Amino acid sequence: MSDQPPPRVRVTGPPRRRASGVRSAGTREIDAETALGEVFMRSLLREQLLLALRVLAALALTLGLLPLAFHLFPALGDVRVGPFPLAWLLLGALTYPWLVLLGWLYIRRSEANERDFADLVGSVLPEEPR
Amino acid sequence: MNADVVPGVVAVILVSVATLAIGTWGLRISRTTSDFLVASRTVRPRLNASAIGGEYLSAASFLGVAGLLLTFGAEMLWYPVGWTAGYLVLLVLVAAPLRRSGAYTLPDFAEARLGSRGVRKLCSVLVVGIGWLYLLPQFQGAGVTLRSTIGAPPWAGSLVVALVVLASVSPGGMRSITFVQAFQFWLKLTALLVPVFVLLAVWAADGAPDPTTTAASSWSTPLASGGGVGLYTTYSLIVATFLGTMGLPHVVVRFYTNPDGRAARRTTLAVLVLLGVFYVLPPLYAALGRIYAPDLIDGRSDVLVLELPSLMVGGLLGAVLTGLVTAGAFAAFLSTSSGLTIAVAGVLSQDVTGRRWGSYRLGGVASFRVAAAIAVVVPLLMSLPAQDVAVARTVGLAFAVTASTFAPLLMLGIWWRGLTPAGAVAGLLVGGLGSGAAVAWTLATSSSSGWAAALLGQPAAWSVPASLATMVVVSKLTAASVPAHAGRFMVRLHTPEAVDLQR
Repeated sequence: MSDQPPPRVRVTGPPRRRASGVRSAGTREIDAETALGEVFMRSLLREQLLLALRVLAALALTLGLLPLAFHLFPALGDVRVGPFPLAWLLLGALTYPWLVLLGWLYIRRSEANERDFADLVGSVLPEEPR
Repeated sequence: MNADVVPGVVAVILVSVATLAIGTWGLRISRTTSDFLVASRTVRPRLNASAIGGEYLSAASFLGVAGLLLTFGAEMLWYPVGWTAGYLVLLVLVAAPLRRSGAYTLPDFAEARLGSRGVRKLCSVLVVGIGWLYLLPQFQGAGVTLRSTIGAPPWAGSLVVALVVLASVSPGGMRSITFVQAFQFWLKLTALLVPVFVLLAVWAADGAPDPTTTAASSWSTPLASGGGVGLYTTYSLIVATFLGTMGLPHVVVRFYTNPDGRAARRTTLAVLVLLGVFYVLPPLYAALGRIYAPDLIDGRSDVLVLELPSLMVGGLLGAVLTGLVTAGAFAAFLSTSSGLTIAVAGVLSQDVTGRRWGSYRLGGVASFRVAAAIAVVVPLLMSLPAQDVAVARTVGLAFAVTASTFAPLLMLGIWWRGLTPAGAVAGLLVGGLGSGAAVAWTLATSSSSGWAAALLGQPAAWSVPASLATMVVVSKLTAASVPAHAGRFMVRLHTPEAVDLQR
């Protein structure tokens, strides 16, 4: 095995964190775990958790109610949309675009929440092209 | 050996060779322990999503779902729906914080969050147990497939899968397996998508007969039978699949390969898209199977996907399509088994084989390889005597167990700073022992009906709340032992990486 590539060398740079020099007031409050920093963190956590719970509620009120609906109204099992039985159409096809839509909305809102948080603590998030 | 087995043999050999070739190629760019375990965290969302899809779509998805739909109808649509919706739940509750936690594996997360070696050990045991539970049906399914397509003895398929997995995982680790699994996702999608167009054309040429005419009306109702019991069973299945996904060790370990939390979210959304495209296909096979494969409905429904092409299309085209679906099925066993092997080996190499044994200690990469061998051999030996346990049943059991153990740990660990080590241990034990005992009882006894069988056969609806409640109550009772760094850890989990904070 004489034709092995040369061994890899780990190349490191100076830590990015200290490169920026002056740090914003908001981030120092959080790092020092002051009451104000605590308020910043709690507001971020509450926003993100509320957002997650809203998405889960939307999921529960649509997909989650289907078994109950078919239990309470058994006649739904005979309903057809064109050639497809209703249940097969809803669960076999239409569910998936709905899940993707919920996920897409969640990502938009959660990244907006993070931008608001960065603004609040006085730091700027880099815009990333999609 | 007659002409019927040629497509199956060619397909199995091609998939195995391609897997080994891509795995070997990964070896050239895989050098450090970090490459092995988390691909040095440089995998971009699209590649990563393909890899997650490749790893996630197991034998249960590729063969099992279409078979269950053929026999039982719309109530089984909750399996693919739940396996996809689980990623939405994972996205909103876990994805970005899990990546930002900076941990390698689930036990790492538990230790970092709670600062407790005890919780770590319990999580390691659970990861290995769940991983083996999930590997077992993969090996068994491989045996069934090879017996159906080429008439090999059942142990042969298990052995081939185990050897290929070991050969592709142990040289290159996570980095090479990322490429292997991305390839296998697209192979699996192609293997279902291309035949379905041909089969639908045949169906249209036959005058498009209605698949529901021969079926009972319950075939179009998305509920298990039995009134209230059926409603409970369906909702319990929903709880298990929606929450179980986030706790699967081989899925979770993939999130650490993302560059940052934002990429973790985008990866998850891409997974939702890929799974949504894939899971539209099995119901089509089931509906066509109602018309063209009525013989398979009772007993042999698992081979529907493998046999439908040859039943509907004869000649060379039928043989090619059969080869294609066999290749897809084989890729399904390989990719899921590889992912599970990586996850189990990652934990074993950190907590068992990487430790000092006497005066001797293995290096990072060597200990990973030894751990991979252990991770494969144990479930392989377990699968040899038990070749006839239902594939989908064991996979369902794994979801119920993860939903009752890791899901509560992750949800509370990420969103509630009051979680204590004692609370986590108590909840993991209540959820793990409760769901594990229930399903062990179900697997040991033959199927029966009524409330007792439903409560034990689908435990998630009671074991998940029990585990969550135990974690909260015990944590409240031991509130003095909330880790001192809990607040700091919340900062790390929830703030975007670009904000300049101490983490």
